Amino acid sequence: MNFLESIRVSLRALRANKLRSALTMLGIIIGVAAVIAMVGIGNGATASITSQIQGMGSNLLTISPGQTNSGGVNGGSGSSNTLTMDDVAKIKIGTAVKAVAPITSATAQVVMGSGNTSTSINGTTEGYEVIKNVAMARGRYMTKNDVDTSARVAVLGPTVVENLLGDANASIVGEIIKINNVPFQVIGVTTATGSTGFQSSDDMITAPITTVQARLIGRKTVRSILVSASSETFMQTAQDEITATLRKAHKIQDGKDNDFRVQNQADMLATMTSVTQTLTMLLGGIAGISLLVGGIGIMNIMLVSVTERTREIGIRKAIGAKSTDILLQFLIEAVVLSILGGGIGIALGYGGSSLAGKALKMSTSISMTSVFVAFGFSAGIGIIFGVFPARKAAAMDPIDALRYE
Amino acid sequence: MINLKGIKKIYANGDIQVAALSGVDLHVGASEFVSIMGPSGSGKSSMMNILGCLDTPTEGEYFLDGTDVAKASGDDLAVIRNRKIGFIFQGFNLLARTTALENVELPMLYAGIGGKERRERAISALQSVGLGERIHHRPKELSGGQQQRVAIARALVTNPAIILADEPTGNLDSRSSEEVMAIFQRLHALGNTIIIVTHEPDIAEFTERIVRFRDGHIEGDEIVENPRIAQAHVIEAGGVAK
Repeated sequence: MNFLESIRVSLRALRANKLRSALTMLGIIIGVAAVIAMVGIGNGATASITSQIQGMGSNLLTISPGQTNSGGVNGGSGSSNTLTMDDVAKIKIGTAVKAVAPITSATAQVVMGSGNTSTSINGTTEGYEVIKNVAMARGRYMTKNDVDTSARVAVLGPTVVENLLGDANASIVGEIIKINNVPFQVIGVTTATGSTGFQSSDDMITAPITTVQARLIGRKTVRSILVSASSETFMQTAQDEITATLRKAHKIQDGKDNDFRVQNQADMLATMTSVTQTLTMLLGGIAGISLLVGGIGIMNIMLVSVTERTREIGIRKAIGAKSTDILLQFLIEAVVLSILGGGIGIALGYGGSSLAGKALKMSTSISMTSVFVAFGFSAGIGIIFGVFPARKAAAMDPIDALRYE
Repeated sequence: MINLKGIKKIYANGDIQVAALSGVDLHVGASEFVSIMGPSGSGKSSMMNILGCLDTPTEGEYFLDGTDVAKASGDDLAVIRNRKIGFIFQGFNLLARTTALENVELPMLYAGIGGKERRERAISALQSVGLGERIHHRPKELSGGQQQRVAIARALVTNPAIILADEPTGNLDSRSSEEVMAIFQRLHALGNTIIIVTHEPDIAEFTERIVRFRDGHIEGDEIVENPRIAQAHVIEAGGVAK
């Protein structure tokens, strides 16, 4: 009997037992769908974190204070206050460094007429506009002069405008708002970036760092310093330059640890990516186990099916079916079940992950690799778990099989 | 056509060895119509299994249509069953979920015959047993007699060297039994070699030669002088010429 006829015979047997075939496939469907969806969600999370980190600015270096270490008690990173405006002044713009911007921040109550909102106030300098590629919808950004003169000016994110006036496009440039009862003049509104997660640039007020330190915080602290390298190739040069400058400024002797940290964006990216990849593998692994369980389900049903159809096997053998004909018939049944289940599972997993993406407001991405792997895996499961029942059927003695009641 | 020499079949049941057949010699020529009779335990079922190449003898020679099949292996036996033997069973043994036509096509499927020829030959075989109208019915939609006629069509569709029937009328009423025997007589008249295993003497009377088994050997082998003529009630005209 040729292969095509074998497939036809197997399909007919599966169609004769529709409910059972569907239930058998369910295990594989759920397994494959789970693998596809989980890996898709994991990949989506990786992509969204990557884009968030990249959205923080291009070729970005972040300098943050080191940790206090008094009497062996480690205060954790950022627990000391070692960065000052003098440090910022010492980092010179040159071939490696394109822009520098210190950041200090506070949360404050903002009032305008009858509207009020609570938002974060970011104190920085004009360099921030370059580093973060800030785009203005209306008005202008702060200038060096604003910073030098501690001008009470503020640049608002569109969400802040909406919270104050009920409409993100309302006219506000030139008006006076009160931040913790200190009047500021609004000089511009940034365009909406749609960014979410930590540090939304839409729900934020930016003001000169000198003004924020003097009027809102009362201390001359710098939370961190952002530096933009002139290009990716200068990242390391810039990092070395800054480290040397700050060690000299902080009078750290050779051999002693830094009291600050210079992090580059690529390091952060690598850390986050490895975390999410581990998560993806974990999710995929759990889903893989359900795929394995589905395969065992196929074997179980095929074994029952072989026993139930003992007489049929006997008849087929009596009228001339060879062992390989019987083997192929049952093997094809198992493989068809798992491949069909795999196909439906891929479709469901695809739909499921995009639904989950919509519900969780994150992008998901199905990689072709995971589709091929899941499909190949389910076909493999059909063969592996189909061989045992099929061999059992093929090895039957025709006389015993015919006598079976 | 069939030549058996010194056939022995011994079943080992633990330490005890049971000889189902203890040295059987039998010759059946082409176009003979033979019935094998005997009480249960006489060895006629073992004989049937060996004749049908479902089983091989422990000892002895078996030539079927010129080929030595006594020592053939599993898959070779399957090919021999497919090409040279047409089986008919007491319980019909049709595939329940497939139509009469598909059941008759089945042996040709394993013989590797193409779909169009398969269908044509299956239809003409069904017509020759009077079931030309019911080819798309499933076994459970047919009467016992009709089911056995489907089984006969399946047995003769490959033009086998011998047609082997194991208690073909055991599950049928007397009217259907006579119809089935009428078909056998007609197939015999067309030149087919037919062997029937039965324990009913009045069925054996329709054949031309009776071989009696007892305790694993042949007790008697006689020619039936005037075989009874089976009355066909519903058989259509036409048939498959050998």
